[in-house]
Amino acid sequence: MTPAVALDHVTVTYGKNAALRDVTAVFPKGAVGLLGPNGAGKSTMLKSLLGFVAPDKGRLEVLGLNVAERPLDVRAKLGYMPESDGHIPGMNAVTFVAYCGRLAGLPKADAIQRAHEVLYYVGLGEARYRNVETYSTGMKQRIKLAQALVHDPDLLFLDEPTNGMDPKGRDEMLELIRDLAHNKGIDLILSSHLLPDVEYTCDHVVVLDKGAVATSGPIEALKGPGGRIYEVRVKGELAPFLAALKGAGLESHETDEDVMRVFVPGAIGADGDDQRRICEIALASRVQVRHLKPSVPTLEDVFARAVGES
Amino acid sequence: MSPIHDQSYRRYEGTRQPPGRGWAVITWNGILTLLSRRIFLAVMLIAWVPFIVRAVQIYVVTIYPTASQLAPVDAKMFQNFLEQQGLFVYFVTVYVGAGLIATDLRANALQIYLAKPLLRIEYIGGKLAVLMVYLLEVTLLPGLLLIMLQVMFSGSFEFLRNNAFVIPAVTLASLVRVVVAGCTMLALSSLSKSSRYVAVMYTGAIFFSAAVFGVLQVITGSTRMAWVSITANIDQVTDAIFRQPVRYETPVVVCVLVLLGLVALSISVLERRVRGVEVVK
Repeated sequence: MTPAVALDHVTVTYGKNAALRDVTAVFPKGAVGLLGPNGAGKSTMLKSLLGFVAPDKGRLEVLGLNVAERPLDVRAKLGYMPESDGHIPGMNAVTFVAYCGRLAGLPKADAIQRAHEVLYYVGLGEARYRNVETYSTGMKQRIKLAQALVHDPDLLFLDEPTNGMDPKGRDEMLELIRDLAHNKGIDLILSSHLLPDVEYTCDHVVVLDKGAVATSGPIEALKGPGGRIYEVRVKGELAPFLAALKGAGLESHETDEDVMRVFVPGAIGADGDDQRRICEIALASRVQVRHLKPSVPTLEDVFARAVGES
Repeated sequence: MSPIHDQSYRRYEGTRQPPGRGWAVITWNGILTLLSRRIFLAVMLIAWVPFIVRAVQIYVVTIYPTASQLAPVDAKMFQNFLEQQGLFVYFVTVYVGAGLIATDLRANALQIYLAKPLLRIEYIGGKLAVLMVYLLEVTLLPGLLLIMLQVMFSGSFEFLRNNAFVIPAVTLASLVRVVVAGCTMLALSSLSKSSRYVAVMYTGAIFFSAAVFGVLQVITGSTRMAWVSITANIDQVTDAIFRQPVRYETPVVVCVLVLLGLVALSISVLERRVRGVEVVK
């Protein structure tokens, strides 16, 4: 089956800075998350696929079409929701979305009808005659999705689609994305640094770090067997403890909360072996273990391991 | 029982136009947007007042041939008419052109446009066409209509037989003004997110270059430096197009080259500035 997107040894540089370094990656059809810390090259990759940025070397394919050779055919099949705010000034939502539809080749009547439909779909039905410039941040995110959808693309590029949204709006946006990918048959690439967003909406993930692919594959497989995860909170000097964990072959990374997540690789041993091992390391490092609990692997662990290893 | 209308997302199964027609969508939208502005309509109406005056002149000369001693209807009259329209060319260029790309830059609209099946040249062409349509409406259209009125009022083609070059001259002279003004303004519009600032830049370019020429004329005592002024170049070329004695000492070829250089520079600026992504190197 033709992949949604394929990159073959792609390098993109801005002046002397390489944004993508010899990247080879395949994005299968379905919902794929494009993860990476800020500056990892996620947006550059999307802009290269759109033809905005020409790669210094390498080949980019979207839905089997070479981006360098057939940029218009590629963009006719794509919907792009940019990260930053963007609209055509002086238009209300219906006019704006219909205009985008016409730019994408829809006849006028169809573009207007589709504009109404997608605006209802993204939750802007009641506000569709308001000038876009008066919209709140969350509404602007929704209208960016609407303009990306109006011509019914086969593949959607969503660049940080939940930026600036309140929790309720964010949940609704994620539901829309999930619905598009899983019920409406639209392939999508979701670029985000928010791991829960990707984990909720996507089946596959490509992790970028410093312009290179750190890891990629189905999320479940990446989270799957090969080790166990423990939540650990300790009191005392942290640095020696972390060094000791690393020395013992255990990976650890901190989270937003005050607990760290420790990854124990290898096969499952006797009950309590892992916990005992962590406690012994803590004892040797002169720190008190205040919290130690088995956890389930998350995308955050996959991300941390991938970015940490690269 | 009638089915409940599904407001969920539906796949589109209608027709799609092939890529390459996006510029027409941009142009048509731009034209309609401007037509909804009363101030703009007022400017366009005022721009046609000289046409009415010239039409009356042609009518009077046709009825009373002796009046031609005071206000002759000849090739020079059509040239004068186009030069008078220069003021409206300026106003229309500033009003229509200043925001054409600047407002899109302010609203980050370029990434929206260029993510569609639309080439950069189509975007630029679509925007340029908006400006050129309205500029031609105050130059070429009234110019050709005046020629038509002359034929209608006189009831013969004698004037055209004796001045066969007038129709191509009006067309070419109008296009020179429209293309130079359009390209220059569009390039300036791509340099800033503020349409006001763009209007100031364009006004500066027109009047500052004319002022520099004026100063150089006083210093050197000749008009050889006319090429530094945009309007002087256009006037000089217009003289040549209408087969009139040229008004400045600068060779016409130099003026043509300066205008071509200005257009080339504008295209180069547009090529660099109109992109889907702003690359800071």
